[in-house]
Amino acid sequence: MEKQNIPEPVPFKFGKKLKTYLGIAAGIGLLALLIAVFVQQLPSERIWANLWMNALMFLFLGLGALFFWTVNTLGESTWQINFQRVMESMGLTIPFAAIFFVLAFPGLKDLFEWTHTEHLDRILQEKTPYLNMPFWMVRFAVYFILWSFFAWYLRKISVKNDFEPHDKYLGRLRATSGWFIVFFAISSSTAAWDWLMSIDAHWFSTLYGWYIFSGMFVAAIAVIILITIAFKKFNILPNVNKEHLHDLGKYLFGFSIFWAYLWLSQYLLIWYSNIPEETVYYVERVNNYKTLFYMNLIINFVVPFFALMTRGSKRQPLYLAIVSLVVLLGHYLDLYLAIMPGAVGHENASIGLLEIGLPFFYLAVFLTLFFISFGKAKPVPENHPYAIESSSYENI
Amino acid sequence: MQVSQVREPLINGEKSYENITSDVMAPVRAKPGKLWFLGFGISALVMLAGFAAIAYTVWFGIGTWGVNRTIGWGWSITNFVWWVGIGHAGTFISAILLLFRQKWRTSINRAAEAMTLFAVMCAGLFPLIHMGRLPLAFFIFPYPNTRELWVNFNSPLLWDVFAITTYLLVSLLFWYMGLIPDLGTIRDRMKTLWKKKAYNFLSFGWKGSARHWQRHESMSLVLAGLAAPLVLSVHTIVSFDFATSVIPGWHTTIFPPYFVSGAVFSGFAMVLTLMIVTRRALNLQEYITVGHVESMNKVIIATGSIVGIAYITELFMAWYSGVEYERYAFINRAMGPYAWAYWIMMTCNVISPQLLWIKKLRRNLTFTFILSIFINIGMWFERFVIVVTSLHRDYLPSSWSMYKPTWVEVAIFLGTFGLFFTLFFLFIRIFPVIALAEVKSVAKSSARKFIRKSSKKSKPENE
Repeated sequence: MEKQNIPEPVPFKFGKKLKTYLGIAAGIGLLALLIAVFVQQLPSERIWANLWMNALMFLFLGLGALFFWTVNTLGESTWQINFQRVMESMGLTIPFAAIFFVLAFPGLKDLFEWTHTEHLDRILQEKTPYLNMPFWMVRFAVYFILWSFFAWYLRKISVKNDFEPHDKYLGRLRATSGWFIVFFAISSSTAAWDWLMSIDAHWFSTLYGWYIFSGMFVAAIAVIILITIAFKKFNILPNVNKEHLHDLGKYLFGFSIFWAYLWLSQYLLIWYSNIPEETVYYVERVNNYKTLFYMNLIINFVVPFFALMTRGSKRQPLYLAIVSLVVLLGHYLDLYLAIMPGAVGHENASIGLLEIGLPFFYLAVFLTLFFISFGKAKPVPENHPYAIESSSYENI
Repeated sequence: MQVSQVREPLINGEKSYENITSDVMAPVRAKPGKLWFLGFGISALVMLAGFAAIAYTVWFGIGTWGVNRTIGWGWSITNFVWWVGIGHAGTFISAILLLFRQKWRTSINRAAEAMTLFAVMCAGLFPLIHMGRLPLAFFIFPYPNTRELWVNFNSPLLWDVFAITTYLLVSLLFWYMGLIPDLGTIRDRMKTLWKKKAYNFLSFGWKGSARHWQRHESMSLVLAGLAAPLVLSVHTIVSFDFATSVIPGWHTTIFPPYFVSGAVFSGFAMVLTLMIVTRRALNLQEYITVGHVESMNKVIIATGSIVGIAYITELFMAWYSGVEYERYAFINRAMGPYAWAYWIMMTCNVISPQLLWIKKLRRNLTFTFILSIFINIGMWFERFVIVVTSLHRDYLPSSWSMYKPTWVEVAIFLGTFGLFFTLFFLFIRIFPVIALAEVKSVAKSSARKFIRKSSKKSKPENE
């Protein structure tokens, strides 16, 4: 490896300028919401659906990052150590996602057909043992309590090792990651059924949970890349080098393909078998959301596939950041297509001021929480027994 | 790159490059022992018995099998999917683990890839025999033939032909590419002239020059890039054979990723079964260490648990869908006449691998060996459950039926084991079982003595 001059790390400060920017972003988001409610007077289901969509995306970023960290810990991989604190701090936003979900609770009746227990058809009646409010709420609470616990506890162990280094912490980190993965493997699917699939209450697909998971994972990787590149630029993480970006780029590339693979698996099998109970989901989307439906595939698969194919593309920070941003927007679109057709319907759904403006609010809150958490610990884990491996490796 | 001193070494003992070459080459140079002849002889006999059963099938027709109008796919498709699945580990290890920079793959990739090839060969036999007319097997290839009959491009069965042929070709190329430098090394060590010539021919006159290495490495990278998506595509398309239908128990969207995971699961089980014996028989314990076995066991627990979640998701969705046929298919699986197969599958695939969460068991060779056989059995029953249990209750109760294999089907299945082991026995005598050049490439960083040295050196820098 060529000798690089690594600049002195700049200590991270959540300064005034940054706060102002985030405040403006949050203001834009809130303004869009207020205009949508009072000036445009959009139908209530469209407002609630947007709140729901953004809450989900907010959660996905934290949960996806936590998954990325734990799965790397379990795989005994070490390259991620130099930017591991980014994932840790992203994971700590999970409990706040719960608040955003709760804020959207008054709209549940607008979003979920199965909540109208007074007139359910035969099929929905048969689903009531699973799709009923009390059980749904219990599941909601269990997911958030456990996810938040794992995010908090893993972070605690990781930070503790900075001050009183001991090998036992690595073991504890691994064991806890194992428990998290087990819970995550089940809850990521069931949560996707609860919060997304049951919007189209009659429809079902066994792959749905994994499909949503893959989208979440890609979106989280995109955000990890964006934050890491920014931190590298401002020398907050000077030890992150092109090799790390290259590997992150590979993840974005590989899992965008994986997402497309699952997309295709679900679509192709339903299209081929042509069973009305199943095709109804795609018929609605292909007929009434034609442009978005195909754009979804282009942005989330074709773009990263060709843009990140070459080796050099993944080692170019600015270029990689742009592709990550595009893919992140693409997964917003994917979520839009998962929610709107069922919850709002094509007569009322469209992309307007609300859809574009509101995410800024959530983004601002996400980043604020992230920066606060990030500032509380050292930017790079210290005394990690594998630390040397993260600073001294090379891609082929 | 520096390796942390916490990491377990990949090569035990104080090994120099010279030691590595002579240790790995020992079985190639030595005369085979009695045990080898015994094993090879038995395998070859079983293989011949299998070929006889195939000849019997071709001569008398598929009527000699137990399949009937309702259950048209019996053991043969079960065996086909099972063998293809086993053929996933090799390329997974070489391509996907390469992408994830898992260095432990270097000690096992050669044997696993060889196993992949042999397993895919065994798998390929079954659809061919099942078509009933072996001499007309070339009909599966798309070409404008004299009767202007084309193959059905809409059929996943045809996609299978392409997927598996491509996979076999790329795996073969990849495996052979890796062998070339090692064959050159063997040639240099051979004393007999004809052997020298033979290995020289096999290694394409490998000289080990910088130019040769450069070509070799870029070619390996291209093939690895091609092979990685192929690992996923093969079993995806095998799963399409079932999932594009409208048969309850077959048609479900989770099939593609779940089949892939199951394939890697069974493939690793077979690698463990073989390698735990091979490392003992060929004295390779210092290269294929307990740490390697543990790593493989971790892959097993990950893929096995994914399979378990897929089973439960299917079960739940069958209920959640509200479709009575779906519901019946799954109740029938668990409680119908073939329930015993379902519970064998559940025990072997979902419950028993969970024991590997215990570190002691992960590192216990005897336990791992027994467990790997359990998984092999469980994964065979998974395919049996999917094929036979889903088919034996048709939409019309008048078509309901049961299925029992005849001796011909059993003999063909056993025959493929004969074929598999015959090839494997030949492989360990002709080729180096461990990828010499690749193991040497990690020896500097990951052998026991070097890890200790580098950690001593790097310590003062850190503090």
